[in-house]
Amino acid sequence: MSITLDSKIPAGPLEDKWDEFKAHEKLVNPANKRKFKIIVVGTGLAGASAAATLAELGYQVDAFTFHDSPRRAHSIAAQGGINAAKNYKGDGDSVFRLFYDTVKGGDFRAREANVHRLAQVSVNIIDQMVAQGVPFAREYGGLLDNRSFGGAQVSRTFYARGQTGQQLLLGAYQQLARQIGQGGVKLYNRMELVDIVTVDGRAAGIVVRDLMTGEISSHSAHAVVLATGGYGNAFFLSTNAMACNVTAAWRAHRKGAAFANPCYTQIHPTCIPQADDFQSKLTLMSESLRNDGRVWVPKNPDDTRAAADIPEGERDYYLERIYPSFGNLAPRDIASRAAKRAVDNGQGVGPLKNGVYLDFADAISRLGQQTVKERYGNLFDMYERITGENPYEVPMRIYPASHYTMGGLWVDYELMTTVPGLYCAGEANFSDHGANRLGASALMQGLSDGYFVLPYTISNYLADWLNKPIPGTDHEAFKVAEQQASDRFRQYLSIGGTRSPDYFHRELGKIIWDYCGMERTEQGLEKALSEIPALYDEFQKDLRVTGTGDSLNQTLEKAGRVEDFFELGMLMCRDALVREESCGGHFRAEHQTEEGEALRNDDDFAHVTAWEWSGDPMAPVEHREELEYEVVQFQTRSYK
Amino acid sequence: MSQTLRRGPVSGTAVGRGAKRKPFLLDFYSTAVGKKYVMAITGIIGIGFVVSHMIGNLKVYIGTVTENGQEVYDIDIYGEFLRDILVPILPRTVFLWILRGVLIGAVLLHIHAAYGLTVMNRKARPVKYQSARDYEVANFASRTMRWTGIIVALFILWHLADLTWGWANPDFVRGEVYRNLDASLSRIPVAILYIVANIALGTHLFHGTWSLFQSMGWNNPRFNQWRKALAAGIATIVVVGNVSFPIMTLAGVIEFDDSVTSVHELHEDHEEASE
Amino acid sequence: MSEKLTYITLRIWRQGGPDSPGQFENHVIEEISEEASFLEMLDILNEQLIEAGKEAIVFDHDCREGICGTCSLMIDGKAHGPEKGTATCQLHMRKFQSGDTITIEPWRASAFPIIKDLMVDRAPLDRIVEAGGYISAETGGAPDANLIPIPKPVADASMDAAECIGCGACVAACPNGAANLFTGAKVTHLNLLPQGQAERYKRAEAMVETMDEYFGSCTNHGECEAACPKSISIDVIAVMNADYMKAKFKNRKKLSRT
Ligand SMILES: Cc1cc2nc3c(=O)[nH]c(=O)nc-3n(C[C@H](O)[C@H](O)[C@H](O)COP(=O)(O)OP(=O)(O)OC[C@H]3O[C@@H](n4cnc5c(N)ncnc54)[C@H](O)[C@@H]3O)c2cc1C
Ligand code: HEM
Ligand code: HEM
Ligand code: SF4
Ligand code: F3S
Ligand code: FES
Repeated sequence: MSITLDSKIPAGPLEDKWDEFKAHEKLVNPANKRKFKIIVVGTGLAGASAAATLAELGYQVDAFTFHDSPRRAHSIAAQGGINAAKNYKGDGDSVFRLFYDTVKGGDFRAREANVHRLAQVSVNIIDQMVAQGVPFAREYGGLLDNRSFGGAQVSRTFYARGQTGQQLLLGAYQQLARQIGQGGVKLYNRMELVDIVTVDGRAAGIVVRDLMTGEISSHSAHAVVLATGGYGNAFFLSTNAMACNVTAAWRAHRKGAAFANPCYTQIHPTCIPQADDFQSKLTLMSESLRNDGRVWVPKNPDDTRAAADIPEGERDYYLERIYPSFGNLAPRDIASRAAKRAVDNGQGVGPLKNGVYLDFADAISRLGQQTVKERYGNLFDMYERITGENPYEVPMRIYPASHYTMGGLWVDYELMTTVPGLYCAGEANFSDHGANRLGASALMQGLSDGYFVLPYTISNYLADWLNKPIPGTDHEAFKVAEQQASDRFRQYLSIGGTRSPDYFHRELGKIIWDYCGMERTEQGLEKALSEIPALYDEFQKDLRVTGTGDSLNQTLEKAGRVEDFFELGMLMCRDALVREESCGGHFRAEHQTEEGEALRNDDDFAHVTAWEWSGDPMAPVEHREELEYEVVQFQTRSYK
Repeated sequence: MSQTLRRGPVSGTAVGRGAKRKPFLLDFYSTAVGKKYVMAITGIIGIGFVVSHMIGNLKVYIGTVTENGQEVYDIDIYGEFLRDILVPILPRTVFLWILRGVLIGAVLLHIHAAYGLTVMNRKARPVKYQSARDYEVANFASRTMRWTGIIVALFILWHLADLTWGWANPDFVRGEVYRNLDASLSRIPVAILYIVANIALGTHLFHGTWSLFQSMGWNNPRFNQWRKALAAGIATIVVVGNVSFPIMTLAGVIEFDDSVTSVHELHEDHEEASE
Repeated sequence: MSEKLTYITLRIWRQGGPDSPGQFENHVIEEISEEASFLEMLDILNEQLIEAGKEAIVFDHDCREGICGTCSLMIDGKAHGPEKGTATCQLHMRKFQSGDTITIEPWRASAFPIIKDLMVDRAPLDRIVEAGGYISAETGGAPDANLIPIPKPVADASMDAAECIGCGACVAACPNGAANLFTGAKVTHLNLLPQGQAERYKRAEAMVETMDEYFGSCTNHGECEAACPKSISIDVIAVMNADYMKAKFKNRKKLSRT
């Protein structure tokens, strides 16, 4: 069964497409909605908002999360803010400008229609979240405050201190909690999706493993929504939470969902540099710090003096130097690569010479310590807890780290994957950010998908299924999938090798980071594509999982996730290899301008690469969705 | 509240709640927050009583005054006065009994609520921490409220038997407050008992006075910083005042003098004179 | 380079399941860098255990940034350990000395049954939110976000309370096993906002009464505030108490006049 990529973009002028769709889609009447059951996997921004809204509409919703509470989803960790084209500042923002900035930020590799819709509903998101009680930052007059973020020349980012993701997720979680309390949503917590079940090519349900008891069971539904987040943890070290993984998306991929642009991963420029080998994760320092902090390294690679002792003339404020108009606010991919170049040059700072300075001395003398503290106090405290250094006195040290994944399950305009009835929302899909995501746009996309897109588009599919029977969990396909899942977990326990899942994950992550990280080369990717299978082989022979399968076993959980990362890792490298251009987060060293900037190839690569599972992780089948730009003109992205 | 791990999907956790409501006061009292309001209000009554009682008792230091040409203990007159409040609107001692009624009610409610909350708290942590806890702010006073409360309760019973009913006091003469006080507090064990009980009371009030602001929801950044100071102040005043009585008695400052006219005689004289 | 702690003795609570008896188990761990976080130290121990064929110690964690509220350890008798305003995951080994014995226990409360080793179930906190910890604003139809201005001090105070990460340290630290700080924080967050007024009393009532079903009562020890990784002030408890009382006594038909 081969897949076709039909993006189902509505006809008509760009700004009318979404209204056009809503005007003509099929609907399910209110009394019939409760006849439909929808499974939502994941309770992050995308999942919680989708589950709550679908339940409000009257659908029966079963929500699944492997966390103990929906509120813990990784969305909680987002710091900086959320974009919306409100133009409250009157600085020239508009839906079109947000749309344009996003397409440009994504290096012209995103689908115009999706991005435009995103910009359109962005204004509703802010209204909705305020109505739900999200305490966004305010000005003294009582109106909402905005800050500016990388990649934009207007202030359109709404924020709640350094905890915007937390406040938004709590808002969405509260709506979900309300539905759980009132019986609209059934919540299954500490349950991990371990397989997707399809019957006659359509999504029929899921197989889950109860993390507390190890029990494997099935759930059937009319439609399944995956909102399971990104796969940034493929790198082992990333800013993602420890449990983030690709399992749900990967299992869907194996059941026929195309995986799009896996090589588009975002490296965030402002993270605390790695301190040692045992490190389990990297911590993000919000991008908003770049509003007031200045990035520099010593001009002389051998400079070992303390930061304060290096005179102005011997410092290289490289972002301000190379990108005078955006300066320290250059987009993430550009800022990241510039930092990498400085460190590779030997100009790195810190004990391992693996960072660059983010200096607040100017800001402190201009604004006073008090103002700086008000703006960034909690981030400064966090930095001090982690590094033991006081950033009011010595500059912060930062370095890029894996942070976000633009790639994900391929979805059409209605957020449906190539498997009918299987939807994907939030970071888990590939939809709106092209090759690079602008800061503060992921929260926007997650909430847009969950609140304002899915609840509309899903009825277009469901309407045809009214009063038709769907396969129950006693269907053969469920039994097979359950059996396979329990065999898989039993297998991990029985290998009895010598190394923990974490060991393999760390080694895998190193390979992916080295060859499929900030800079990729054909040679390196080829190398990765031989090293990953070899390590995978070792994993299958030498894995050791202690404990049993019938009580809570975090080692066993991890083993399953690492296995999926192995297969994904191969796909990431494959994708990076075939995309012979540089764009956004994907930088192929062979394709750069003389000044070392990304060199896109619009003639050959203005498409989405969507991969089909063939049964062999090393031999996926490539499909392409050509990107047609009706409104936006290709441009060389310049932030100089 | 048992420690069982429930498993399975959750849904409808908030429906069906509150279908059957008790009368609203009982309803209010049925929750921990409601009980704490009751504790706080009865506590305030208690504080009001203890403080005024202490101030009233300070009259022992005035010693005797001359009333109708006769020397009488001021505190004895005060004792009579209490019984005469609102006479003739109400018959003698009726108002006092109303006050007593309020007090008794308050103490009973206070104890009932304390009991209810204690049971609840025990259930909330059936298995204790198996290693030593390291408290940061919970102080001796806050952690011993139940014990200081019980000490105070027992003390009150003994105190009534001693100075109101006279059962515990062989030299008791009804109405002769000064005499009774001296007789009672001159006994060293009794004096110690009074001192200990009042220190317990002070400890109880040190936490209680601060705590009641929280319980009553009286919270305002403008005065929050004064709450601790107020609590320390009230506790100190009550302890210093009350502990002074047994000490001064032992020291001989408070010493009953037989030659002083008793209020009863005074009363009788008075009544005769007015006839 | 970073300093190392030559050795640390860990006394860790091990318990097979909710109904099994548990006991402390001693482990000595050597050469720990000061840069390691507390949980990374446990990761290292776990890796050693797995390689020695033993079962890894179960503990809850996820973001490791002090925001998700998953981590939950009682370290030397203190919820989230010795550093103020810091969740377990943000605690670093530089706070300890070589040679220290560190005791690690799960949180204990009847509402938080132990799942395994150091992991507990904190679902009752969700039940409290489900009872009323939200503003009923169904998707669509929300008015413009700037329609109702919110004075900055109000928005800030609401945000102070909203920072709660739902970790349950307040319950763990409270000598009475009370969840008043958690509940108070949620009630305060929503009840301060203009948007929260319509359901203000209903919310306070429903949340307090649900809280009662699972947790102990507050006698104002203040331990919760000291343990709270977000340093949420016990002032929120007073706000909740006041609103609960009003919920019982006020005429709700006149809600908009208050
Ligand atoms: C440190 C950090 C800071 C960020 N800051 C910003 C910012 O300032 N602005 C911005 O716009 N974006 C930011 N982002 C990105 C943004 O937070 C995420 O992209 C977004 O929150 C993803 O939301 P989500 O709903 O798609 O997924 P998530 O929030 O990751 O939720 C995934 C959910 O799926 C569940 N799940 C996953 N797999 C399974 C499975 N197999 N079985 C069952 N359940 C499963 C999980 O339990 C969870 O509930 C940041 C990201 C990071 C890492
Ligand atoms: C009669 C026996 C008594 C018992 C068993 C008792 C017990 C208690 C207990 C267990 C508490 C709860 C602690 C807390 O919530 O902070 C408490 C609080 C309090 N008690 Fe008592 N107590 C007694 C007598 C008194 C007396 C006589 C007074 C006053 C003089 C008093 C004043 C208070 C106050 C003010 C509080 C604080 C109430 C609050 O926090 O809202 N108590 N008592
Ligand atoms: C050293 C300190 C105290 C002294 C010297 C003292 C003295 C007295 C005396 C002399 C009486 C009898 C008054 C009369 O019959 O008219 C009395 C009554 C009483 N005292 Fe005290 N007292 C002291 C402390 C306390 C305390 C701490 C409490 C309560 C917590 C208390 C509660 C009472 C009560 C309830 C009565 C009965 C009042 C009545 O009958 O109306 N006393 N006290
Ligand atoms: S109030 Fe503080 S301690 Fe309690 S759950 Fe919230 S963050 Fe944790
Ligand atoms: S420690 Fe407990 S007693 Fe109250 S003030 Fe905090 S909940
Ligand atoms: S692991 Fe998320 S708060 Fe500690």
